[in-house]
Amino acid sequence: MSESSFLNFDFFNNFSRMSGLLWDGTLETLYMVFFASAVSIIFGVPLGVILLVTSKGYFWESPNFYRILGTIVNALRSVPFIILMVAIIPFTKFLVGSSIGTTAAIVPLTVGTIPFLGRLVETSLRTVPTGLIEAATSMGASPWQIVRRVLIPEAMPELIQNFTITVILLIGYSAMAGTIGGGGLGDLAIRYGYMRFRADMMISTVIILIVMVQVVQFIGDLLSRHFDHR
Amino acid sequence: MITLQDIGKTYAPGTKQEVKALKDISLKIEKGEIFGVIGLSGAGKSTLIRMINFLEIPTTGTVEVDGVILNSLAPRELRNMRRKIGMIFQSFNLLSSATVADNIAFPLRLEKKLSESEIKERVQYLLGLVGLEEKANMYPAQLSGGQKQRVGIARALAGDPKVLLCDEATSALDPKTTSSILELLLDLRQKLNLTIVIITHQMEVIKECCDRVAVIDGGVITEMGRTIDVFTNPQKELTRRLVSAVIHQELPELLAHTEIVKEYHEGAKAVIELLFLGPKADAPVIVDVAKECQVSISLLSGNIDHIQKEPFGHMIVEVAGSKEEIKKAIVEFERRVHKVEVLGYDERKQLSEF
Repeated sequence: MSESSFLNFDFFNNFSRMSGLLWDGTLETLYMVFFASAVSIIFGVPLGVILLVTSKGYFWESPNFYRILGTIVNALRSVPFIILMVAIIPFTKFLVGSSIGTTAAIVPLTVGTIPFLGRLVETSLRTVPTGLIEAATSMGASPWQIVRRVLIPEAMPELIQNFTITVILLIGYSAMAGTIGGGGLGDLAIRYGYMRFRADMMISTVIILIVMVQVVQFIGDLLSRHFDHR
Repeated sequence: MITLQDIGKTYAPGTKQEVKALKDISLKIEKGEIFGVIGLSGAGKSTLIRMINFLEIPTTGTVEVDGVILNSLAPRELRNMRRKIGMIFQSFNLLSSATVADNIAFPLRLEKKLSESEIKERVQYLLGLVGLEEKANMYPAQLSGGQKQRVGIARALAGDPKVLLCDEATSALDPKTTSSILELLLDLRQKLNLTIVIITHQMEVIKECCDRVAVIDGGVITEMGRTIDVFTNPQKELTRRLVSAVIHQELPELLAHTEIVKEYHEGAKAVIELLFLGPKADAPVIVDVAKECQVSISLLSGNIDHIQKEPFGHMIVEVAGSKEEIKKAIVEFERRVHKVEVLGYDERKQLSEF
């Protein structure tokens, strides 16, 4: 009983202060997730394309190159994000001048998701029947035209599904980034919810995160269906 | 139009998995011709047709299309050359993410030679050519197999090619749709002066529309010639088997339990196989011969088929009479039909005598 009254007390007396914190946290999380997603897609899609076209049976087949790049991608993917975040602090400092703050957090977030997304893009593009590549080649398409006009449009529904997975992953990662001064909802949950025993804060951040993930998934499904004409 | 000279293709040369897919293939395909290549799966026909647009690069030999030797081309020149060679596929290979009109416009947009309004006009013309004006804004998933192949054909013809390659183009279609697609190909050959190369495992396809045919087995051409010659006079066992799949030439069931001997003896009837060809195919041969020679002729089996619209009949008859009368009848038959073969003599009773 005592705990529940404590909870109620906090809810009503600190509501405006709390909602202000939550609002700022939400914006910070959105900021991190948005930019990290954008940068991950900018690098992850080409990475996936390169992985695909150098693999066996594709037009720039190169077993050694594919093996080396694949190993690097796998290595990066096997480092737990929380360790990666700390390990690349020097790189982050070099890139944005600081290792603390919301903008600085985008660097490890991006580095953590690019190899992950690269693999997802590779598998998405692999679903495109090779007969389509052959048909395009027979019509005189260059490798670049095949990527841009065949592989990417044909794999669009899968690509969007995988972008959705990546954005959701980034929402989770961004909460972790909060623990090393990245700000955002994760930061609030740890500092208030965990360290100051503010269960209301903890519950609120979790609810906001759940809503965010639901919205992202909903939009992703909608877009994916829009592009799917099979 | 197309010349293949000593073409060979070896996969994984020098390794344990080495496969010789093609060996010393030489053939010449004339302008405006419909040339068929038939073989069982794994015979190398897919590899062969891909040599013509260099989707497969030969290990040995040269490929010449419309006076250009493909072996000597740089990548960019080869891409330009490929635009002059249309290709359609068994699985259609249409972009599922693009509408019918966008699929047909695809090769034109790759080429970047025409403006969007010119492309639109050309697509409209091509849709008319294959009879799909109504379907321009549909997606391939909404079309039937035959319609998809029509889109494939329109797309292959978009760049106004001189050669059309058909890779098992009708194998995924039902017989009726197959016929309509073959009709379309014959029609397009006429209209556009196309040279068409068809590979298939369906003898019907060859029968309906190919001027000449090559039979390929184990990576070599075992038989090649005019379709009508190959059908009426197959040389190799495989060819005979393929031909018999579309033209029934086995002995009728009626004779299955009757002993047929080589020599004439008193009271036997001659079993004779007749082949009719061309304009003579519907002449009243049987009645004429029966009247002329005073023999009685009974028909055991028979059918008339068409090879490239030319009538082609096959009949097995039984002739009863004396030795001289039968001899005379055979001579009369030989005067009237394409080919006469005496299968033997038997003493089968008439059905009514049973």
